[in-house]
Amino acid sequence: MFLDLFYELRGAGVPVAMQEWMMLMEALGKGLHGSSLLRFYHLSRACLVKSETYFDAFDRVFAHVFHGVEGELDVTEELLEWLRDPKNFQELTPEQRAALERLSRDELMRRFLETLAEQTERHDGGGRWIGTGGHSPFGHGGEHPTGIRVGGPGRNRSAMKVAEERHFKEYRTDLALDLRQMKVALRRLRLLTRQGPAIELDLDETIDETCRNAGEIELVFRPERRNNVRVLLLMDVGGTMDPFFEPVSQLVTALHEERGLRDLRAYYFHNCIYDHVYKDAGMWSRDALPTGDILRRFDERWKVVIVGDAAMHPAELMEPFGNINPRLESQTPGIQWLHRIAEHFDRSVWINPDPPRAWDHTRTVHVIRRLFPMFHLSVDGIHDAIAALVGARPS
Amino acid sequence: MSESITFYQFTGTRDYIASPPLVDAVNCAIALERPLLVKGEPGTGKTLLALHVAEGLGMPMESWHVKSTSKASEGLYVYDTVQRLNDARFGDGNVSDIRSYIKYGPLGRVFRARDRHVLLIDEIDKADIEFPNDLLLELDEMRFTVMETGDEVVAAQRPILIITSNNEKELPDAFLRRCVFHFIEFPDRELMKEIVAVHHPNLDAVLLDQVLIKFYWLREQNELRKKPSTSELIDWISALLRSGIGVEQLESHIPFLGSLLKNEQDTEALDSYKVRGGALPNSWRELGPRYNQ
Repeated sequence: MFLDLFYELRGAGVPVAMQEWMMLMEALGKGLHGSSLLRFYHLSRACLVKSETYFDAFDRVFAHVFHGVEGELDVTEELLEWLRDPKNFQELTPEQRAALERLSRDELMRRFLETLAEQTERHDGGGRWIGTGGHSPFGHGGEHPTGIRVGGPGRNRSAMKVAEERHFKEYRTDLALDLRQMKVALRRLRLLTRQGPAIELDLDETIDETCRNAGEIELVFRPERRNNVRVLLLMDVGGTMDPFFEPVSQLVTALHEERGLRDLRAYYFHNCIYDHVYKDAGMWSRDALPTGDILRRFDERWKVVIVGDAAMHPAELMEPFGNINPRLESQTPGIQWLHRIAEHFDRSVWINPDPPRAWDHTRTVHVIRRLFPMFHLSVDGIHDAIAALVGARPS
Repeated sequence: MSESITFYQFTGTRDYIASPPLVDAVNCAIALERPLLVKGEPGTGKTLLALHVAEGLGMPMESWHVKSTSKASEGLYVYDTVQRLNDARFGDGNVSDIRSYIKYGPLGRVFRARDRHVLLIDEIDKADIEFPNDLLLELDEMRFTVMETGDEVVAAQRPILIITSNNEKELPDAFLRRCVFHFIEFPDRELMKEIVAVHHPNLDAVLLDQVLIKFYWLREQNELRKKPSTSELIDWISALLRSGIGVEQLESHIPFLGSLLKNEQDTEALDSYKVRGGALPNSWRELGPRYNQ
């Protein structure tokens, strides 16, 4: 059961590693959970989860794993069972296993039994867990020996109830798109370099040089450290993109407000990129810019972010004269332009506002995903997209 | 508690109401000797926590307020080369003793101290993204070496580390993995009443209720750019008490709005709400199911 918690958390996308798990084991070993499931809930959350954005996932997993065990859950037995079973140690490195074994077995068993025994003594017939009226460890005004002060009545909630209330829902980042969170994610979009004129006084070097110069002041200058990331944003507008106006505009606002970027240029297209892109979302012909110019004007160091649902009729993508607007005929098929863009630029990503489960149902999404790594338009998706733009290359 | 559990127990102090999850997280961090990372909305008492942990446990406290220009090494020590250079030129001080030019930072001082300290590293997210990573080894092993002299500083007593973050930047995974984490939720109605009682013990219950209704209602308004926080509520109540305003006057308008809303657009948003004929709530029932369980 304990290991279920670990693997289900990982399954739910919560980044829990062995290190955190060991931390929890150590905490349990010290008897910090007392003998209450609620405190075990607090403890495991504090040790295993490192961001409030995962609290909701944790709540769901916790409620699932420990469902129905409240009232008679014997944490001790379950944990000991798990510790006794050598199967459970197969995945650990020898050091981890040794550390865990040092901590577990007799020591853990002794501590557990101790805390349990103590609990029975101090509560009258306290064989039950928290949530049953008066004898929960969370008394009012410090009646309980641990002396934890709690608010008024009705706060004696059980761990299950707390978990099932799921009041951390609004902190999730895989669904919600909050402007502030988006900005936090975009702040990673940077590559700091020292380039340009030497205008910043380098104090350390100045001191070193001055010392070398027998105390005569020798000033040393260096270029400022600045972000070298330039972003080329290409956006699909109109048609199937209309329902996504809100999230897309949030992304654009966040990008524009990210002052750290060295440069940001935005161009628009409809459905797919053909011979021209447009400086304005209205897509008037006077705002048209040949796509070939884009490739000439921007060098491969620009980071390309394409925002679009990549959903269109296959002919619009694959055939010559595929443009849905007959007046804007373009001989080159859209796929060829996309191919050129993907080839020309060092790093590019495609951000899709459609939820990932919908991607499988669209043929053109399949084709486009072969050219561009595709990410969902959500805080988590943006996060991964930025890693693909400036992070280490996957080997 | 049994003999085997010989760790310090923090249970909150008279002036600081800690929720049970927070108490558990603090005690877990103390017992495991890991840093406690505290996040939460501004004004929920993240910084105050360290002060009260120190008070509750009777330990001295050091704080390190991180700025955007802070470097990790500054927390350990700074070698004051400029002073030494200056002394060398003008013949002051003992230039040959490098040690007298080593100025220890908060971490360095806490490590060197004989007593166990509480160390607050405030707003760690303000610094560069790499800042927390630069401290990993020092926080893990609680020791560092002064490069210039070769002296090793080893913590005599592992300090209790409380680190706050305002979520301005994400913190590196390797750093997070070493911390015990707690997110301070915004206090609910009952907890808020207790918190207010600490600051204004003799407040009239009816007035308090009205004040809280207005306060939580304001927080529910999504148009507001900056939601009022606990500290602003306390200030607001002080202003109300000093001016002697009664419950009736709270019914139709919010006096001293400036102590709750700190943003011009927010004040305007509320004004336009009233111009549109919007009314202020006078009972919890008007606030929706979240407040009426």
